[in-house]
Amino acid sequence: MAEKKISVMDKIREAGKSITSGVAEEDIKYWVTIHIMGKAYRVPADLTIMQAIEYAGYRLIRSCGCRAGFCGACSTVFRRKGEYKLQTAMACQTRVEDGMFLVQIPFSPAEKPLYDVKNEELESSVILKYFPEVARCVSCNTCTKACPQDLEVMDYVQAALRGDFKAIADGSFECIQCGLCAIRCPAEIVQYHMAQFARRMYGIYGTPREKNVEKRVEEIKSGKFDKEFQRVMSLSLAELKRIYTEQQNTREVY
Amino acid sequence: MIKKLVISSKNVDFLNKINELSGETITLCDQCGTCSGSCPMVSEMDITPSQMMRMVQLGQMEVMDTKAMWICASCFACTVRCPRGLDLAKVAEALRQVKLREAIDHIDIKKIPEDEVRRLPQIALVSSFRKFTG
Amino acid sequence: MKIPYYPGCSLKTTAQNFEISALAVAKTLGIELIELPRWNCCGTVSSLTSDDLMHHLAPIRNLVRAEEMSENLGGDEYKLVTLCSMCFNVLKRSNLRVKENPDELKKINDFMYLEKDYSGRVEVVHFLELLREIGFQKVKEKVKNPLSGLKVAPYYGCLLLRPKEIGIDDPEDPTVQVEILAALGAEIVNNPFKTRCCGSYQTVQDKYAVAELAYDILSRAQKEGAEFVTTCCPLCMFNLADRQKEVVEKYPEFRSIPVLYITQLMAVAFDLDEKYYGFDLNYVDPRPILKEKGVIR
Repeated sequence: MAEKKISVMDKIREAGKSITSGVAEEDIKYWVTIHIMGKAYRVPADLTIMQAIEYAGYRLIRSCGCRAGFCGACSTVFRRKGEYKLQTAMACQTRVEDGMFLVQIPFSPAEKPLYDVKNEELESSVILKYFPEVARCVSCNTCTKACPQDLEVMDYVQAALRGDFKAIADGSFECIQCGLCAIRCPAEIVQYHMAQFARRMYGIYGTPREKNVEKRVEEIKSGKFDKEFQRVMSLSLAELKRIYTEQQNTREVY
Repeated sequence: MIKKLVISSKNVDFLNKINELSGETITLCDQCGTCSGSCPMVSEMDITPSQMMRMVQLGQMEVMDTKAMWICASCFACTVRCPRGLDLAKVAEALRQVKLREAIDHIDIKKIPEDEVRRLPQIALVSSFRKFTG
Repeated sequence: MKIPYYPGCSLKTTAQNFEISALAVAKTLGIELIELPRWNCCGTVSSLTSDDLMHHLAPIRNLVRAEEMSENLGGDEYKLVTLCSMCFNVLKRSNLRVKENPDELKKINDFMYLEKDYSGRVEVVHFLELLREIGFQKVKEKVKNPLSGLKVAPYYGCLLLRPKEIGIDDPEDPTVQVEILAALGAEIVNNPFKTRCCGSYQTVQDKYAVAELAYDILSRAQKEGAEFVTTCCPLCMFNLADRQKEVVEKYPEFRSIPVLYITQLMAVAFDLDEKYYGFDLNYVDPRPILKEKGVIR
């Protein structure tokens, strides 16, 4: 069979079809129908939402990032066919289902108030100073239901009213700042910005200082390692390579 | 001076809306003035509670421009004393909600002075946001 | 006696002295107030429109927790005790609303499908009602340090007494604080403004209007001879005590008067350890007068 001439643009398009590049369509056994912003598409059943959107021919320049469930960029809101409940998910971590009606939320409109953690104290009134809307929380639990990381968002917002910085820090630790809670909140709170502030404050004022780090910083400032640095900086490239490979082969690198 | 008021269907609609939202039958008010006499905030108000009730009875939407409903402290003194058993606090709440549900807040939560935010107990902020934001 | 207890936000921050004194006093009377797990802010003021269910979610969610806790504690009583008058008002009003409107209760339960259904069994009780139930004689028995010579004007505010369907006492002439203070050995001063609103949430935007009300309430108490005013609401406390700063701005001749939570006076009368008095958080320090009267050292 003659080789089909493949242009660079074709190759780029193929590269986006991660899981299906190199797979012939006739070999795909299971297909589902999803609706992307109201338009129906037939996509292979194994794909994640993000892959399915790209399979359908869209090129994502927003609402995509690490593709590993960590960066919070690919927030998705969807409904399943015949169901009224609104669902949320991260597109790169969720597989498509037949009858999904999808929309991407590339950004949640929220500005961060300017604060200087060095000038504040661990007190509930400090949170209310920068985020007074937290006092509007009606405990409806919509934020918790929206969270794709299964965090108890309402609980940590309530902790903010009590000035319990530790509870906010613990409760929001795995937040990926996808913005879905803030978009859904009827009291218009931006939960993740408030939590970030609380984590910063708690990290500085609520947790014990790491004495060894402080000691090491002092040592560096006092010039204890200056000579060593200068020595390394003056080595030739060949010398550096020799030392590096030697270290890799002979010693535990820690 | 005699002022002539024309009660149109628009006014009746307004009265019905407030009746429904408050759950009170506002036409029962006989204008005795007990509420105004009991109200602790009356000296700060532009119209008295009984005047507010009268305006609503006549479906006068100008009542929405008055300040009395925003100065109400929801203390229920009027409620327990009304000889007709009317709950004026609910009427004031209904009037406030008409404005607030149009997304027009009565307080700018970002403009509270910092020293006040530091002093005030949270319940003051929570309750004022409840009454003054939509 | 173990009873579920709902603190409310302020009792954990600006009104810690209310909680610390009340818990200690309760313990002395044989009551253990056990804090609800995972409670949320009650909302502070009850939503008064006929169609609003959303603002009742927060109180009902707390009642779900209370019901669960009561079940775990065993027994057949389903009570929830609060200290803050605002919390009491909101919780009791929402409770009453869903008890009278089963269809609304169903809607709320359906909406909060992640929680257990609320069945309406919990009775919301204010701490003062609890004391009345135990009996003031029992309170008197625990008094080791009678507050003799102390002239106290009890202040009730609004939300504890109004509206009538939830009030714990006569809204025009309440007596529950009088009976407690009498049991403590104090001299009661009647303040005709004892049920007048302190201004409540108006303190955020209109602090001078609140200062006017505070001036009326406090100066009348002083005129009747009071040396102390007692309250059981953190917002009344703020408006009557902390706002004395604004009162003095408008009325320079006004003399400051200490405002205390009634449980603080109870802790003194029960001769509990000083750490339960919580006087550091009171805007006007009561210690000078208490020392002068020989009630504390």
